[in-house]
Amino acid sequence: MSNFTVTATDKKLLDLLATDAKLTHDQLAAMLGVAEAEVSERIAVLEAEGIIKGYQAVIDWEAIDANKATALIQLKVTPEPDQGFDKLAHRIMQFEEVEGVYLMSGGYDLTVIIQGQSMRDIALFVARRLSTLEGVQGTGTHFILSRYKDRNVIYHDEEQKETRSNVFYD
Amino acid sequence: MINYDKFLNRELSNVKPSGIRRFFDIASEIDDVISLSIGEPDFTTPWHIRETGIDTLEKGKTWYSPNRGFADLREEISRWFTRKYDVTYDPATDILVTVGGSEAIDLALRALINEGDEVLIPVPSFVCYTPLTEVAKGVSVPVETKAENNFRLTAEDIRSHITPKTKLLVLPFPNNPTGAIMRREHLEEIAKVIEEHDLLVISDELYSELTYGSEQHVTIASVPGMKERTIVINGFSKAFAMTGWRLGMALGPKEIITQMTKLHQYGIMSAPSVAQYAAIEALKHGDKDIEYMRDQYDIRRRLLVKTFNQLGLTCFEPEGAFYVFPDIRSTGLDSETFCEKLLYAKHVAVVPGNAFGDCGEGFVRVAYANSLANIKEALKRIAEFLEELKTQ
Repeated sequence: MSNFTVTATDKKLLDLLATDAKLTHDQLAAMLGVAEAEVSERIAVLEAEGIIKGYQAVIDWEAIDANKATALIQLKVTPEPDQGFDKLAHRIMQFEEVEGVYLMSGGYDLTVIIQGQSMRDIALFVARRLSTLEGVQGTGTHFILSRYKDRNVIYHDEEQKETRSNVFYD
Repeated sequence: MINYDKFLNRELSNVKPSGIRRFFDIASEIDDVISLSIGEPDFTTPWHIRETGIDTLEKGKTWYSPNRGFADLREEISRWFTRKYDVTYDPATDILVTVGGSEAIDLALRALINEGDEVLIPVPSFVCYTPLTEVAKGVSVPVETKAENNFRLTAEDIRSHITPKTKLLVLPFPNNPTGAIMRREHLEEIAKVIEEHDLLVISDELYSELTYGSEQHVTIASVPGMKERTIVINGFSKAFAMTGWRLGMALGPKEIITQMTKLHQYGIMSAPSVAQYAAIEALKHGDKDIEYMRDQYDIRRRLLVKTFNQLGLTCFEPEGAFYVFPDIRSTGLDSETFCEKLLYAKHVAVVPGNAFGDCGEGFVRVAYANSLANIKEALKRIAEFLEELKTQ
């Protein structure tokens, strides 16, 4: 790690980009009360430092294909003498079905998030590819059935916030 | 057929219905309207405050509170006001908990006005002062604030409107709809006139927690000699995003608070108990929430001011509340036409400035108590609207 320090303005800038990555540098400059050139420069620095990892759209894949499934797999793992859990985690990362790999505290060691074409697809992937890996002692598969809120975006909100256009108060 | 006119209260019948109402009726007929017209935070009440309300109900604390409000809440209000604004009120005698700031304004006016008393009301401002004054048989005297003074009230503005019948000044800062604030030096100027002419002040400070930049809100009650001449109105709606809980407060000399309490006792009984328990939690542990919401408002405020100025709608930088008040005269339209056309053409609702007093003509009020996504979209639509106006 470099001795890079994140300023208070950087923090606000990151918060804004995390909410909406499509804000223009001009808009960001206005909102933060700094020059546009400074915004551009700080974003470049934050990207170069690897603090901003990328920009992605938040997509509701299940709205396009109802069979699409996401599961959270808990893995119990035998750590390697020198490398702990790293070696296996690196191996698992290579599968393109795998969206995320996390080392966890608690009853399990690794959590793997998997996206698949269907629940069956994921179950087979776990049985054939994950549980057969050396060092994996056991797996537990948990499917996501409904996504209420993800990455701070609300998905299926049954109770729509009422429109306030009929409220008269000033 | 009964002639109701002879039964109805004359002063009340003479009160004109608000011009904004018509506007909201139009807006509610159109789909996908982005409304930047409502003076209400888009945030819901912070969870820990809501949870306190729920907890109160679960424990069955569903009874009346004392007329003045729970003693615990009054003590907390006293501490909060001292901590924030450096003026201390005695919770036993100087504080009344009301149903929103609006009730407190009404009580203060009714407790003080005798028939024919003149009340100085700076405009543009919140729409309630004039009707409530008139129903209390007072005479409302509008005092225009000007764009070139950043909509601040000056001592000169007041002086030129004082007559032997003047009794009261309403001081609505941070201001709805302009976003103007008053700094200590401006308040000291005003205080001299107030003392000189032996007047009282109703200081509506509902937006006191929403000021931007380094300087905090200053209450006129903190100016030497003014505490005994001021009734401070504040509340929980704007600062803590608690509009629907309906809770406000009045702080002032016990002689006046006692009179207001009588009215409150006979007309209202007491403010909602659940809301009062939640308010104690808000005052004790809500500073972080206010800070967060203020930061969010500030970000939106800057975006709006800069974009309006870029679009050629001159906009002075408001330092308080959650409104910007751009000048739309460059379009050649009057306020109401501008708002109506914008609403029909682009489905964006903003409020004509003249709804807040005649001198608001030529301006519109844009509330930024709305999500960044909506504000961005609204600004895009307004830019298109202005472009289309030019080519027409």
